Amino acid sequence: MNSSAIAVTGLRKAYGDKAVLDGIDFEVAEGSVFALLGPNGAGKTTTVNILATLMKADAGSVRVAGHDVATATRQVRSAIGVTGQFAAVDELLSGRENLRLMADLRRVRPAASVVDGLLERFDLTESADRQASTYSGGMRRKLDLAMTLVGSPRIIFLDEPTTGLDPRSRRTMWDIVRGLVAEGTTIFLTTQYLEEADQLADRIAVLDQGRLVAEGTAEELKRQIPGTHVRLRFAGPDELDAAARLLPGAVRDDQELTLRVPSDGESRSLRALLDLLDEHLLGSREFSVHTPDLDDVFLALTGRVSTEVTAK
Amino acid sequence: MSGFSTALADSTIMLRRNLKHSLRNPLVIFNAVLFPLVMMLMFVKVFGGAFSVGEDYVDYATPGLLVMAVSYGLGSTATAVNDDMTKGIINRFKAMDVSRGAVLTGHVVVTAVRCLVADAAIVALAFALGFDPAAGALGWLGVFGLLVLLTVAAAWLTVAMGLAAKTAESAGLATVPLIMLPFLSSAFVPADTMGAGVRQFAEYQPFTPVIETLRGLLAGDPSRGDAIAAVAWCAGLALVGYVWAVTTFRKRA
Repeated sequence: MNSSAIAVTGLRKAYGDKAVLDGIDFEVAEGSVFALLGPNGAGKTTTVNILATLMKADAGSVRVAGHDVATATRQVRSAIGVTGQFAAVDELLSGRENLRLMADLRRVRPAASVVDGLLERFDLTESADRQASTYSGGMRRKLDLAMTLVGSPRIIFLDEPTTGLDPRSRRTMWDIVRGLVAEGTTIFLTTQYLEEADQLADRIAVLDQGRLVAEGTAEELKRQIPGTHVRLRFAGPDELDAAARLLPGAVRDDQELTLRVPSDGESRSLRALLDLLDEHLLGSREFSVHTPDLDDVFLALTGRVSTEVTAK
Repeated sequence: MSGFSTALADSTIMLRRNLKHSLRNPLVIFNAVLFPLVMMLMFVKVFGGAFSVGEDYVDYATPGLLVMAVSYGLGSTATAVNDDMTKGIINRFKAMDVSRGAVLTGHVVVTAVRCLVADAAIVALAFALGFDPAAGALGWLGVFGLLVLLTVAAAWLTVAMGLAAKTAESAGLATVPLIMLPFLSSAFVPADTMGAGVRQFAEYQPFTPVIETLRGLLAGDPSRGDAIAAVAWCAGLALVGYVWAVTTFRKRA
């Protein structure tokens, strides 16, 4: 128990008679990154809110930084930092004033140098004295995270830190998270993106309708789902037969007339595959590259598509 | 640090935040000060001549206008408190080891300061219009003390309304009754000139004893008002507002 930054057992939470968290258990080792992966409405934010003392659990035990969140709330609060899904910055204050406010509330001294350091680290020095209401979405997220880091909390909660960010801001955010890990901070993050969990997390738990349907390293999870593959559809059974003989590792579907060929999705290997088909005068009717995403994980783990997709 | 000094330090930090907000939004102060002054000119210069109140109308109306200036300054507080709650920033404060009341205390103190600035402007304009109070230093001190008490009570009540409201718009609307109350009191005309029903309401509503006490203090005749009722009303409203605000704050995520 001592090496766990977060230990959750039998956590339950219901709104009225709708169970949002239906008995979940997990542990997060100190200094590691733990990702809670799931579609909208799976219960990710509720989990973060309970772990971060913003909400009370109905049942179960939650220990954060070695303290029970229900009985030692203050000790937990002084050990954690939280960045919610929506940027929690004071829009009427400048970036510098926002950070200064955090430094004052956390009694961090000398405040000015801590604030300057964070502004520089997050590349916000130029806009430090502008009101946060003028910031772009990416800048706001950065300021938000910088505010969370004031006072160097040991455990940081990030609720969907990159949802709604453009790809470049997302990369920047990932780099920041990696930097924190290198300093020994424990990170608990939620995400809808398998790629993000894959990039950042040591361990991933998949949350679906209030239950954890899988937990493990990214490698362990990927073994349970179809990897990146190329899908080829042929005009008739003869072509399919011929192609299947050429590609022994492929999985064939006689009804659909398709072959699923494992691949890393890189252009060189794709060209090699196409060249091979060409050499044998084989052409496919359809050709698509498929990378596993959250939907595949869900399909593989729950036997149905994620609720988000169903809703569309 | 002891619990109390932590809470005090946190409140000071939050107060600084709310003061900055006010200074960034000068329209709020301008509005809170200007409107009561316009009302004062209307009542004293336009309607006042027609009212028979047994003394110079500016002498009669100034205490009422002091109270009206307080209630008029509340609307923006309700909106600001509600804004705080609906934006993510409040969750940040809640997840930190910050004393629970500090966020609210900051709003209360800023509101009190804003209302007292408006009152100072009212007094200045009153003198320009020929206000001639008989109060001595002690009387003025009493006026100041009662206004501070009233402002703090009204501010806690307003903060609670701001917390309880679902949207910023409805929070602003919730304070309208507080703005209307001075009209249904002895602020502008004596209660005994009003129609049945309204008169009883005017006599027993909280603002009337406050206004009558202020009037007595300013006239150099403190026994004219019911100071005990005035202080009791303020203390009671402050307590209700405080308890309501703190419990609502705890309940909202």
